[in-house]
Amino acid sequence: MNIENVIETKNLNTYFGDHHILKDLNTQIPRNAVTALIGPSGCGKSTFLRTLNRMNDLIPIFRKEGDILLDGKDIYSKKTDIVELRKRVGMVFQKANPFPKSIYDNVAYGLRIHGETDENKIDKIVEKSLKAAALWDEIEDKIHESALGLSGGQQQRLCIARTIAVSPEIILMDEPCSALDPISTTKIEDLIHKLKDKYTIIIVTHNMQQATRVSKYTSFFLNGEIIENNKTSKLFVDPENKKTEDYITGRFG
Amino acid sequence: MSIITPKKTNDIAKSIFWLIGIITIVILIIIIGYIVVKGLPVISLEFLLSSPKESGAAGGIFPMIISTIYVTFFAVLIATPLGVGSAIYLTEYAGDNIVVRIIKFASEALASLPSIIFGLFGLAFFVVFLNLGWCVLSASLTLALMAMPTIMRTAENSINAVPQSYKEGSYGMGASKWQTIINVTLPAALPGIVTGIILGMARAIEETAAIMYTVGASIAAPITIFDPARPLPLHLYILATEGISIDNAFGTALVLIVIILIITISTNVIVERYQKKMMGE
Repeated sequence: MNIENVIETKNLNTYFGDHHILKDLNTQIPRNAVTALIGPSGCGKSTFLRTLNRMNDLIPIFRKEGDILLDGKDIYSKKTDIVELRKRVGMVFQKANPFPKSIYDNVAYGLRIHGETDENKIDKIVEKSLKAAALWDEIEDKIHESALGLSGGQQQRLCIARTIAVSPEIILMDEPCSALDPISTTKIEDLIHKLKDKYTIIIVTHNMQQATRVSKYTSFFLNGEIIENNKTSKLFVDPENKKTEDYITGRFG
Repeated sequence: MSIITPKKTNDIAKSIFWLIGIITIVILIIIIGYIVVKGLPVISLEFLLSSPKESGAAGGIFPMIISTIYVTFFAVLIATPLGVGSAIYLTEYAGDNIVVRIIKFASEALASLPSIIFGLFGLAFFVVFLNLGWCVLSASLTLALMAMPTIMRTAENSINAVPQSYKEGSYGMGASKWQTIINVTLPAALPGIVTGIILGMARAIEETAAIMYTVGASIAAPITIFDPARPLPLHLYILATEGISIDNAFGTALVLIVIILIITISTNVIVERYQKKMMGE
């Protein structure tokens, strides 16, 4: 077990039907840090992200080869409890997707499906999670109103609160700001900074400035391969690979 | 310059469609208006709350109102779990294979079957073979078979219309498929499902042919589900075809229309409130 890295992939290949998406991926994700995944559309970064909590299992034509180790254990092994896995590896989606329920019920959802029935405890965790997601002050007095009445940015922070509520170790973020205005984006980025010491965050982004603002490490994906894995400060200033340099300077993609 | 300009053809088309729309409304108003005008004079508290006398030529239609509510309620009670259950199976579990396609085809065929065929089947199967006799239960079971495809298809469509993002959000939290269906998918699909139940109910409440052979035609109000009954449409049919009382037939028709209207409007109001609460408006 590697203390530094929480996730490790070994010769990971994924396919959608005949399409070979990820090709021989060998990479590590450092613990309690923000890792950004960048690369042009269709390069496999979202597929990679969704492989980490087995969301791709929902797609019948998906299949994979190789291993993904979470704390040294293969998450695709038959012994893996997928409920437990998704509790440990939470996900925030590209488009904020709160349930058509009250704000409170959205955050309580994860606790309830995992069997928590102590209402006092749920109350406390809901409040704590909304505070951690920097949303509490804005919605304190309308916590029992529908979550769909919130603005897009608030909805996305609610989705983060909902994810935090079940105490994950890793939070996957799939372009969480792509549908948000600049002010809401700043709030989410501030939030990521707040969360980075407690959680391992993996964020897919198309916005390279965002990658430099929020992440400590960056992986550059191209055509299903990782071209460069590096510290963000190094990758964007002095990339080791010519393709990385071409991409970050806007020569393609 | 040509006489028929694009603007002119557009104007002509617009007025033709306007006329078609008006015709639909006028026909509806004529039918409803005719029934109201002919039926209203016989409506009184006594008509609503007393039993018929002289085969329905005099007296009221109280047992028929009770029969209608009774028969329809049990039909919906039986058809809803079957219809919604099969919709959940088809949308969430079955995937797309030959069996599913056969089920869908069968439900469509069932929905387009003439109601008299259902009546005949109900007579042969429920009344005679299962020996239930002519009673509320036999009629409710027959009507449930008729209403089920409607409820199923509408529920199927509204479950399919639930955004994939809701389901992903739920799976992403570690919810099982069943937890996702119960907590996220069904609540989001509920307004559509309720609409389907109302459509199914409307089909059951107005049905005459399917219950003619199954419910008996007792003029007394049914007490248990094993008693025969005479719902409003059947009463109306008997009054009119046997020339007992055309006036009372119109009165009965008016009561039937008003009952359907009350159920439809009140359900719509409830569904709309639910939707507003859900959508945070």
